[in-house]
Amino acid sequence: MKSEYDIIVVGAGPAGSTAARYAAQKGASVLLLEKDRDVGYPVRCGEAVSHEGVAQFIEPDPKWIAGTITKMKFISPSNTSVTMPIDSNIGYVLERRIFDYELAKIAATNGAEVVTKAYVYDLIKNENGEAVGVKALIKDEKVEIKCKVVIAADGVESRVGKWAGIDTTCHIRDMESCAQVTVSGLNFEEDTLDLYFGKKVSPGGYLWVFPKGKTSANIGVGVTVEEAKKKSAILYLNEFLEKNYPNASILTRIAGGVPCAKPNKVLVKNRVMLVGDAGHQVNPISGGGIISGMIGGMLAAEVAADSIKNQNLKQLSEYETKFHSRLGWRHEVFASIKNAIWGISDETFDSLTLSTLELPMEKRTLAAIFRKALWNKPSMVLEVAKVFLK
Amino acid sequence: MATPHLMIHIVPDKCDFCGCCVGVCPEDAIELKESEIAIIEERCTNCKKCVWACPWDVIEFHRDGINTLPKKLFAIDENQFSKSLSK
Repeated sequence: MKSEYDIIVVGAGPAGSTAARYAAQKGASVLLLEKDRDVGYPVRCGEAVSHEGVAQFIEPDPKWIAGTITKMKFISPSNTSVTMPIDSNIGYVLERRIFDYELAKIAATNGAEVVTKAYVYDLIKNENGEAVGVKALIKDEKVEIKCKVVIAADGVESRVGKWAGIDTTCHIRDMESCAQVTVSGLNFEEDTLDLYFGKKVSPGGYLWVFPKGKTSANIGVGVTVEEAKKKSAILYLNEFLEKNYPNASILTRIAGGVPCAKPNKVLVKNRVMLVGDAGHQVNPISGGGIISGMIGGMLAAEVAADSIKNQNLKQLSEYETKFHSRLGWRHEVFASIKNAIWGISDETFDSLTLSTLELPMEKRTLAAIFRKALWNKPSMVLEVAKVFLK
Repeated sequence: MATPHLMIHIVPDKCDFCGCCVGVCPEDAIELKESEIAIIEERCTNCKKCVWACPWDVIEFHRDGINTLPKKLFAIDENQFSKSLSK
């Protein structure tokens, strides 16, 4: 390890490793720091992605794919289920442990230096308050490493952004408090993602059963922190398991938070760039953040490497515009739709499911359901329109 | 403003170190290492958001303060926190 790099990336999840990879590819010297001992572990994720999302970064490989998905099944509060094909594509349930490892390996192959058990506890700042390095505990030894740009990929618990003066706190209305188990020894429809909705199952979120092959699945639930005041995620999950999978063997239990908010307005400040969960780069409806985080990582890295090459760090702010036009604007729309959807009562949800059932399988798309929802709750149009009128 | 008595207690042996509490903390008052977690007492305002956020229900709120309970904090560098506060 050197004492100075062009770019230091904090966090070796998909966003961080992707940032490190593209920055190194562009010729920057890159250090990728991971606080845990292993890249990819512990996994805090439902692990579902779309084929086209992942394939733009890495050739799908059976070694990190646990299952291939073609259908989604929505289960309404009154237990009516409606199955529909996944819009125009297939999806995967990943083995994040191996997937993340692979992404870090690609970053390293491209020239980034990866160090694990490296906990960043502060920034080194210049007289203008700009980040010019990080202070870290590496294998329990204090070190200071200098750099020109810090890319913060430090997840939902991001503090690097806060130290640079960016408000990264997630509002309790938007934070999904999640608990998940990986179960085995049962039979699952291996090509179908199950999504359960309803105030009794997962208020302000949903409960998922994502099959990892025929006999295993990730079963998890997310509830908004506002709702979790009354009852926490683990209790919802336990109730569901007792009722639906009483004999499941539980192989792992994990918890986690998902920032289902609009993407952070400020993504760049004082030479710190936020990517992934740290920048709230999560689809606010699905809670999926793997691909959007990787896109954020790639865009940030390219802008950072160019800015360093041009010796003009003012250029870093271009990342905000680039992310917004690529993905951010969509997430803003989704966030408004989400707020409207969660306002729907269980009864409306049930009637929506029933009316979707009337559609033939091939016509069941999210857009069709959304149109039905609009019909049931016209105020949603206003919510969405507000985004465009801003 | 931080209140004089810390009322939040994280039960370290039950914690999964998932970071959900850190994500909702408006005061940057929770420190999370690989498998160590600590509340930075000087910053905590006892707002309880971390208590609600915890998926595992392992963050407790004690109205009378936690001085009566065994306290186990792992702050990596206590000077670090007071330094950054005085900035």
